[in-house]
Amino acid sequence: MQKIVSILLSLLFLSNCVLGQDPAESHQVEMADALRSDGKIYVVVLVVMIVFTFFLLYLLLTDRQVKKVEKEIESLKNSK
Amino acid sequence: MIRLINKSWWKYLGIILVYYTIIAGFLVHAPRLAILHESIRNLFFHVSIWFAMVILLIISVTYSIKYLINPKAIFDNMASEFAKTGIVFGLIGVVTGSIWARFTWGSWWVNDPKLNATTIALLIYLAYLVLRLSMENEDQRARISAVYNIFAFTAMIPLIFILPRLTDSLHPGSGGNPGFNVYDDVDNNLRKVFYPSIIAWTIMGFWLTSIRIRIKNVKEKIFELESKNLF
Repeated sequence: MQKIVSILLSLLFLSNCVLGQDPAESHQVEMADALRSDGKIYVVVLVVMIVFTFFLLYLLLTDRQVKKVEKEIESLKNSK
Repeated sequence: MIRLINKSWWKYLGIILVYYTIIAGFLVHAPRLAILHESIRNLFFHVSIWFAMVILLIISVTYSIKYLINPKAIFDNMASEFAKTGIVFGLIGVVTGSIWARFTWGSWWVNDPKLNATTIALLIYLAYLVLRLSMENEDQRARISAVYNIFAFTAMIPLIFILPRLTDSLHPGSGGNPGFNVYDDVDNNLRKVFYPSIIAWTIMGFWLTSIRIRIKNVKEKIFELESKNLF
């Protein structure tokens, strides 16, 4: 009896492992868990944020330059 | 829309949304999917750039129609500049998609209906730029390119949204009618970042376009002032 139960149990666990490989449900799909637990994904977030911040500052400066030129043209137009 | 160009509140909205996309895009809990793994996060960059492209091209074609109803130079400027930004976004979409395909499907390019159809649509839009460059007369250029822009848009819609759905393809959102539940892989967590990211990239495209339009306006004013001095 004990043998049968142990075989059945081990089969059950085995089947669990096999089912566990179903990609939709499995937790064995490789994800960046280590990266996250080491906290290193935050480094990437930080780097991308800094890249975007510089990009943004340059965009804002360009925006401002255009505004200046617009004002100059307006004042030229009014003076004539 | 034209009035928005000289306002700036939407710029701050766009900045906040892009930062949100970057932070949440990398840190949000992503579903565990085979093959895709963490690359599912491309959804917030690759897919939403495509969506932004479609929105920008819709704005462009709207102004082409407006121009044909009421031929004002500003409408032509709006149509052409929005089309240009849309094309740039499309190119970003193709390049990022190619990289994504390399690491999930195993090849830089697959002969897939969705991929080939979007490429044809982009080529049709590139011809719009060529057409504009080929004409000197401003009124003629504006009128003919407005008509061509309507053609390009009506060609793009079936190429991107209808034809790929009639066949099976590797690309998600093909075969049948995915509607809004599109990709099985898009769960609610991803959606919370996906929709804001579409708005974020659209606003960034709008911003770049608005700067180009303002420069064009300034050039026109300079031209006016010069012609006043001449006569």
